[in-house]
Amino acid sequence: MSDGKPVLELRKVDKSFGPIDVLHEISLKVGEGEVLCLLGDNGAGKSTLIKTLAGVHQPTRGEILMDGTSTSFSSPREAQERGIATVHQFGGTYPLMSVGHNFFMGMEPTKGVGPFKVYDREKANRIAVEEVQKMGITRITDGDRLVGGLSGGERQSLAIARAVYFGARVLILDEPTAALGVKQAAHVLRIVNEAKRRGLAVIFITHQVMHAMAVGDHFAVLIRGAIAADFRKGEKTREEIADLMAGGESMADLEASIEGYMETHEGHPPPPAG
Amino acid sequence: MTDTTTDNSSEQGESGFSLAAFFRSPAAGAFMGFVVVFIVFAIFGFSRNFLSIAGITTWVNFASLVGIIAIPVGFLMIAGELDISTGAVLPAGAMTVAILSGHYELPVLVGIFAALAIGALIGFINGQIVTRTQVPSFIVTLATLFAVAGLTLYLSILFINNTNSFYQAPAWAKSLFGGKFFGFNSSVFWWAGLVAVFYYFLHKSPKGPWVFALGGDQESARNAGIPVRKLKIGLFMLCSTCAAFAGALQVITFNSATSQANFGLIFNTIISVVVGGVLLTGGFGTVMGIVFGVLTLAIVTQAIGFTEIDRNLSFLIIGVMLLIAVLMNDTFRNLATSWSTSKKK
Repeated sequence: MSDGKPVLELRKVDKSFGPIDVLHEISLKVGEGEVLCLLGDNGAGKSTLIKTLAGVHQPTRGEILMDGTSTSFSSPREAQERGIATVHQFGGTYPLMSVGHNFFMGMEPTKGVGPFKVYDREKANRIAVEEVQKMGITRITDGDRLVGGLSGGERQSLAIARAVYFGARVLILDEPTAALGVKQAAHVLRIVNEAKRRGLAVIFITHQVMHAMAVGDHFAVLIRGAIAADFRKGEKTREEIADLMAGGESMADLEASIEGYMETHEGHPPPPAG
Repeated sequence: MTDTTTDNSSEQGESGFSLAAFFRSPAAGAFMGFVVVFIVFAIFGFSRNFLSIAGITTWVNFASLVGIIAIPVGFLMIAGELDISTGAVLPAGAMTVAILSGHYELPVLVGIFAALAIGALIGFINGQIVTRTQVPSFIVTLATLFAVAGLTLYLSILFINNTNSFYQAPAWAKSLFGGKFFGFNSSVFWWAGLVAVFYYFLHKSPKGPWVFALGGDQESARNAGIPVRKLKIGLFMLCSTCAAFAGALQVITFNSATSQANFGLIFNTIISVVVGGVLLTGGFGTVMGIVFGVLTLAIVTQAIGFTEIDRNLSFLIIGVMLLIAVLMNDTFRNLATSWSTSKKK
């Protein structure tokens, strides 16, 4: 893939909350037109890592580099202004507002002059529908439609299209496919590919190996706050990645015990603690 | 992959009046409710002057004072907040005008501006507390409701040694703020003007969507760069200022003011807003819906004396109406969100 200068790079980033270390010496980089997949189970530190990238947390040690120069984001707003867009699992959309409103939220186009500017509904709807369709979601044809009526995949696509339209350079996708069915997940993966084709640096967080394999150029497996493996596309098979994610016996045991607990917990009361 | 592309990019999106679109709008339920109530009352009140000038102005005059406050209360509800301090801010505004312009004989505009300033200040305090703490706005404004009510009583006794006051505004101010035109109070025209301004703000101006975003998903709104705190404080200030303005209009219209808290007003504004199709959970609502909600409430509570319906039934009617409205709001929300292009027409 493109091996130019990485757009965003982490060098030996640690993050601790008080005495609790959450991230240890994380080093990552992602370049233009590249998809970096962050794989890891729940509790591996994925969300802390995302929040550090998005400016919510500042690293305790280590540095963040953007375009090769050391930088720090004091707020999510600042990270956004520098072109880092985060799309969360549910898309961050307003279900009872139209596609056009959702797309332009905070950046409403206007028409008219002076103090009597009017929200330009036609323009907003037109651009929103165009941009979403360019991303391959052809089912959205009416910008007045409420987002609550869209599927989860379409909402994700809308949020991604929005980030792309407003000039994001790094797109952080937090478990975009986790809550979706197979067909919807395929939609979102196609959009990730489209974003990549347009030269965005994409950080794709997931615990579904299949989804990661479909779009990733570069993979990092996160276990207990540290990078357990770092490899490029084609270097490992799906089975090997799945094994890595399970991360040795202890991780597999933990996973099994958590799953076991959740199964008993659902519908039935958990067994009394022995 | 390319699933059922029902993309008949047909003649949708053509602006202009579409019946289907109207029935999907949250104002539709409020409008239909208003029409039903109006027709029923017109039938039962035909022989009792419901349709006379006196009959109509009674409830329209009442609606105007409630309506001036109900619309900003509705804005707050759309933004996911509630303001019940209005019941104390209105008498505070009224007493301010009566004490400053009446007792101390200052110019009427000084009294009105002082009332508006006090309203803005109370709203600012509400907004600050709500945005800086995690306390629900219901509790915060409940606290300010009682605090302001107590302070109004205390200060009234302190300044004029009376909880009630009288004030005769000069002729020009009387006709501007408290006059009568064909039976309609000046407040009706002020309300009409404010409806236009509020309609522009919520539905036409580029800032209107921000209000909906606050009630839809505050975290996303903040991420999208919307000044969440400022906007919320501004809405609280608008609400209290409007309540104080209604108080000023009231004292100039009726020549008297009382410092007793107006608890009925709290219920009236919230009922109007909910009957007007605003979702209690925020994120959805229209100015015109609230207007119809206010008018419906006004007919049922005020105009019932002009009909053969027993006056005592008005609270029952309001209770039933409120329940129907809440159920309908839910239905309308589901209709609106499930409206997909394939199901159209």
